[in-house]
Amino acid sequence: MIQDLFQKVRNRAIPLSPAALDVKPDIPENLLYKCPRCQTVIFMEDFALNNKVCDKCGYHARLSVPERLNITVDEGSFVEYDAAMQSGNPIQFDDYTDKLRRLKKVTGLNEAIVTGECTIRGQRCVIGIMDSRFMMASMGSVVGEKITRAFECAAEKKLPVVLFTASGGARMQEGMVSLMQMAKTAGAVALHSKKGLLYITVLTDPTTGGVTASFASLGDVIIAEPKVLVGFAGRRVIEGTIRQRLPDDFQSAEFLMEHGFVDMIEDRSHMRKTLSRLLRLHSQGKEAAQ
Amino acid sequence: MSTKLTASERLEIIRNKNRPTVTDYIPKIFEHFMEMHGDRLYGDDEAIVGGVAWLDGIPVTVIGQVKGHNLAENKKSNFAMPHPEGYRKALRLMKQAEKFHRPVICFIDTPGAFCGVGAEERGQGEAIARNLAELMNLKTPVVSIVLGEGGSGGALALGVCDELAMLQNAVYSVISPRGFASILWKDASREKEAADIMKITAEDLIDLGVADTIIPEPAGGAHNNPDLAAANISKYLRTTILKYIEKPIDNLLENRYHKFRKIGEFTE
Repeated sequence: MIQDLFQKVRNRAIPLSPAALDVKPDIPENLLYKCPRCQTVIFMEDFALNNKVCDKCGYHARLSVPERLNITVDEGSFVEYDAAMQSGNPIQFDDYTDKLRRLKKVTGLNEAIVTGECTIRGQRCVIGIMDSRFMMASMGSVVGEKITRAFECAAEKKLPVVLFTASGGARMQEGMVSLMQMAKTAGAVALHSKKGLLYITVLTDPTTGGVTASFASLGDVIIAEPKVLVGFAGRRVIEGTIRQRLPDDFQSAEFLMEHGFVDMIEDRSHMRKTLSRLLRLHSQGKEAAQ
Repeated sequence: MSTKLTASERLEIIRNKNRPTVTDYIPKIFEHFMEMHGDRLYGDDEAIVGGVAWLDGIPVTVIGQVKGHNLAENKKSNFAMPHPEGYRKALRLMKQAEKFHRPVICFIDTPGAFCGVGAEERGQGEAIARNLAELMNLKTPVVSIVLGEGGSGGALALGVCDELAMLQNAVYSVISPRGFASILWKDASREKEAADIMKITAEDLIDLGVADTIIPEPAGGAHNNPDLAAANISKYLRTTILKYIEKPIDNLLENRYHKFRKIGEFTE
């Protein structure tokens, strides 16, 4: 019978041993980068030279704090605030302290945000950069306190604030203390705003949950990097509610632009120029814009 | 108050379908409530009720999330999960209250802000963020009461206030205990265990500096005697509102800022 024929062919195939299946091409680690958006594989070196932007689809991949500082602030201008601040364990959640200790070691950071003062093409500002490698840059006591102090300090010194946001949302391991950081940071933004000072939000991949629902959505000017994920609820949660798959561009920077929630989408290579121009234009009319 | 119940035992009480909701309490606590609809931007969200009323001779603005007692009521109010237009309606009524120097009373009772396509398209995150920032500077007293469950940012959007009270069996959490178990332990069935370690009861939240007052409930829970529960809330509100309307606004706002400013646990 015809089915037997196929059966024979199938049987002829040499069965692979489990070990043989495990063999991977002999490529050194970190040589290649696979874009999580378009799946294109490119050489890591080219990817790094391109500021970690996928040159096929334009996805702006996540940057660490040192990488972001390096391409954003004037060399030697950055002075860090509150560098030593570390989180407690407000609800005594099992393993939280150990997890923090491990992450400090791996990332070289004390927490998920670094704040400080710098100049960007000569324009002085207070800057905050979140790093998704540190517990998905979730907001607990330290993230909340550092952001609050950054805005309070900027209000005192009459400086603008630039925040690069990235976050999975509230840090559940800190229970209600983490939720309260949303109110605290939103209050600090408002305090700074009342002084007539500028706050620029730069939404980077991914900005979600309680951070979207607090300081990240409150910028006078909101810029997003191309193709990044920004939203309130998790995609899987929504898919679970509506019981269907969401389109790929749902909660992207472009989706936000279409619905009126960002002012501009800006390439990483132009970010310094754009930030410095905005800072200059808002510097109390003392100097004219370029 | 009798022996303290665990958080998971309280979850049972607040999930009783006869537990009084904001729409049960309003006629028992206030006089001449007049409901106001719409956010003037998109629509009217029935997950949030709002309006004006009298509290013991004082005009007030009342806002709350609407739970139902049965499926039909819950469908109408989307199980008390507001969309952005609900939060924007609330904000409109808060600004209206500020203009006319009326205190704002918020009743929190929600599993959380709704997670859906329309909610994202219309900026759920922005709507909540805006409420937090605006409430922090609203130039009129704001008192919030958690009636049943306070779930996450969707609850906090009505909870930036001068004083936060909780009904004795109410809980208030950063995420539902089910969500907590599901995300941190990859096992949603460990909900009760999660509830008991999350520190979400009224007493826990007083210890954490989140809540200020506990309003007693009738034995076994508010559903056993809704009139008594309403009388307790009413008594609390009358004294509390009087206390806050006498405070100078600058003083009030400074205290409100510091109420939230001081929450956090860290070392330097």
